[in-house]
Amino acid sequence: MKPEIVRASGGPLGDDVRSDLNVSYEPGLAALAVEVKSRVDFLYAEAIAAAVRRVAGAMSVTTGSLRVDDRGALDWVILARVECCLRRAGYGGDPVLPEPSPEVAAPRRRERLRRSRLYIPGNQPKLMLSAGLYEADGIILDLEDSVPPAEKDAARLLVRNALLAMDWGGAERMVRINQGALGHLDLAAIAGRNVHTVLLPKVEDADRVRAVATELRRLEGGAEAPFLMPILESPRGIFDAAAIAAADPLVVALTLGLEDLSAELGAPRTAEGWESFLARQTTVYAARAAGVQPIASVFSDLQDEEGLATYVRRERDLGFDGIGCIHPRQIAVVHREMTPAKAQVERAVKVVRAAREAEARGLGAVAVGSKMVDPPVVKQAFRTVALAVAGGLLDPNWEETER
Amino acid sequence: MSSTLERNAAGRLVPTEVNGREQVPYTGVGGHRPSGRKAAPRVATCIDFPDDGDKRTASLTEALEQVGLGDGMVVSTHHHLRNGDTVGNAVFDAAAAMGRRDLMWFPSASFPVHDKQIRHLEAGVLHHIEGSMNGPLGDYCTQGRMRGLGVLRSHGGRWQAIQDGEVHIDVAVIAAPTADAFGNANGVRGPAACGLLGFALADSIYAEKVIVVTDNLVPFPCLPWQIQGNNVDRVVVVDSIGDPSQIVSGTTRVTQSPDRLRIAELAARFCAAAGIMHQGFSFQAGAGGTTLAFAIYLRDLMRAAGVTARFARGGSNKYMVEMLKEGLVECILDGQTFDLDGVASMRDDRRHQDTSPFTSYNFHGKGNFASMIDVAVLGATEVDLKFNGNVVTHSDGRLLHGIGGWQNCLAARCTMLLVPSFRDRIPVIVDRVTTLCGPGELIDVVVTERGIAVNPRRQDLLDAVHGSGLPIRPIQDLKAELDRLCGVPASPRCSEQPVAVVKWVDGSIIDTVWRVG
Repeated sequence: MKPEIVRASGGPLGDDVRSDLNVSYEPGLAALAVEVKSRVDFLYAEAIAAAVRRVAGAMSVTTGSLRVDDRGALDWVILARVECCLRRAGYGGDPVLPEPSPEVAAPRRRERLRRSRLYIPGNQPKLMLSAGLYEADGIILDLEDSVPPAEKDAARLLVRNALLAMDWGGAERMVRINQGALGHLDLAAIAGRNVHTVLLPKVEDADRVRAVATELRRLEGGAEAPFLMPILESPRGIFDAAAIAAADPLVVALTLGLEDLSAELGAPRTAEGWESFLARQTTVYAARAAGVQPIASVFSDLQDEEGLATYVRRERDLGFDGIGCIHPRQIAVVHREMTPAKAQVERAVKVVRAAREAEARGLGAVAVGSKMVDPPVVKQAFRTVALAVAGGLLDPNWEETER
Repeated sequence: MSSTLERNAAGRLVPTEVNGREQVPYTGVGGHRPSGRKAAPRVATCIDFPDDGDKRTASLTEALEQVGLGDGMVVSTHHHLRNGDTVGNAVFDAAAAMGRRDLMWFPSASFPVHDKQIRHLEAGVLHHIEGSMNGPLGDYCTQGRMRGLGVLRSHGGRWQAIQDGEVHIDVAVIAAPTADAFGNANGVRGPAACGLLGFALADSIYAEKVIVVTDNLVPFPCLPWQIQGNNVDRVVVVDSIGDPSQIVSGTTRVTQSPDRLRIAELAARFCAAAGIMHQGFSFQAGAGGTTLAFAIYLRDLMRAAGVTARFARGGSNKYMVEMLKEGLVECILDGQTFDLDGVASMRDDRRHQDTSPFTSYNFHGKGNFASMIDVAVLGATEVDLKFNGNVVTHSDGRLLHGIGGWQNCLAARCTMLLVPSFRDRIPVIVDRVTTLCGPGELIDVVVTERGIAVNPRRQDLLDAVHGSGLPIRPIQDLKAELDRLCGVPASPRCSEQPVAVVKWVDGSIIDTVWRVG
């Protein structure tokens, strides 16, 4: 049976809206009418109308009227908003996907710096346009907490299109999906769309990780499935941390959400953080035991730069490899504080040189001077050197230039 | 108008006649050299004025009557009270009540508060405006509803036009935050204190008749006198010349936009990397959100490098004043004050000098400060692949901003445009600017959030920042990215009817604004 076609709309309205649009659909018997009102109509009226008609065509919409109130949205945003409106109206059919940006096919990497990850609400395309400029190691398009329940469908399409159309430089391309059944709809929308890593909220057992991994492998067919980063946000999750971190080879990092955890604990989050000390240490231990990266929670006071710096130093010293960021201005602070001290870098450089020499000579053991260096220390030295390069403390070509 | 159009040296079609005056099409930077003697008002004698120096007149209307305001005259007012100004409107309300017609308004700039002049344009009190027109006034002009052509000049160009006789002011009305009955006036005291009166200085010297309007009369002598009473015909005391909350903002707002902060930071880092920020250097920064942020980033870099500036050109504000107090800047040469900290500093600190477009920008001066500045940071609505800049029109051809000191500042040793790469969906880097305001040969660096483009003419700058880690990119590369991101824009359609002209700093016409809609 054909679903009933109803009146529908979506997208923000108002004079202060930028880089977004509102779309509304009115069912009717007459041939499809498209009406475009736009701040940028003198340059893009035809382009906007063409985008609207392409989506309508692909979804076999031949009657009724579509009205667009555009505030300078880019093409991929228009495609997503029109598609969302028509799906809400009851239409099915294939989406019109945006032209892929040439750079988006950047390969994913298991081992990479994950010092900072910038959260962007999935239903705010305006914030996605420049997300790549702030040099965060990762960009997370969020479908979960920052998106209200009534906007989940819109955010899913916007995130899918952003993953195709937007170039964020070398940043890891991440999506935080919803919990439960909604999360599976999210996975279906983003699989195969240049997503490097999927964040799973409120994971409480290893089965959840395995279920998502299986689903992703199925959706991807033969292609490589995205990596996973489970988020521990409950006491139960913390007590299963080791199993969760080791649940599937796709897991590359383990992180925790202190806001939700504090709420469940009944222990408000404090600057000192004693209420979450066990959770944070457990996350680090579980991640290291499974050979994945431990990543710390976000710091939510945007104005308090000094507080953020203190927080980053503390989490770094607990063993965390990275911090969540909720505003671009936090990124530089995080990178600065994650950069190791100069003396530490000098030591690490010596160890890395010794390791390279040992390798060249086919020796199993690494020695600096007369002192043997254990393999975990060598591994840590490589990490320190990578952090120093990323933090600007060491020239990327240091091995050739600094001798 | 029977004027014909001619293609100028920049390839732009410009009218050969504007408001009944023959014009010189732009001939290139340094190409035009007006000659002859400076214009001057008629000789005055002190015996025509009261010995006790009291030139007070009961009302503005009476003063306008006494100085002989007649139909078709040129009347000037000034923008130092910005959007708080009430005098600009009051003058034409009075002229309307007097039954005057066909006046030309010659403001140093107009603000949204002056939208009321549309009534006087409609009613025939005003014939046309030669000055910046934005918002509804800009739309009125761009829609071709004004009887004469708009003429847009830079602050320096306004002084040039007055001095070489292109514009002869019949009556100048100067709003004065503090004045004495003789006509000495300043902007550093009084309820409407705005800092300085530099934009009215030329008018006070060259206008046929000068009226000072104040709401803060002090006994003679008014010290300091930024306007000399010896040039003033009448003094009018009113209850209020303006709304202080709209004149200077209590707090200066730094942009919160991450993109704009990034632009500002990149620009400051460029200055450091290129060696522009050297001991004893000079800079100009305005009070726009992005340029303000630039000054703050620059301050931090100066502190870190232990470098101080010999002078800074303002638009002064709290941050610049803090730099003066901290010793990071040795003096401020101030063209306008943007907040009360700036006003207080100008009043109390000898190192904070008020200036005028004569000292800073004038084409007919024996030199001016603009070319002595190491770096000037400016905004723009569009920049094209040849680094030409537009600052007056939106990409749809509508008037959006006045020129202000923008054209004059291009004379700096390094001119940087700080612009977002696109606004809404509209690329700021384009093939060809809608309206040419500044020739690309004078624009050295374009800083966007997506990268920095250096004019290939400035190989020295390119060499200096090589290896700095700054995102230096060819401007074509930036444009290609924008076209991919935004979609290639269609060409907007303009009419073939001129509604305004843009003057270059020497008085020649660099481009035309065409009717839209």
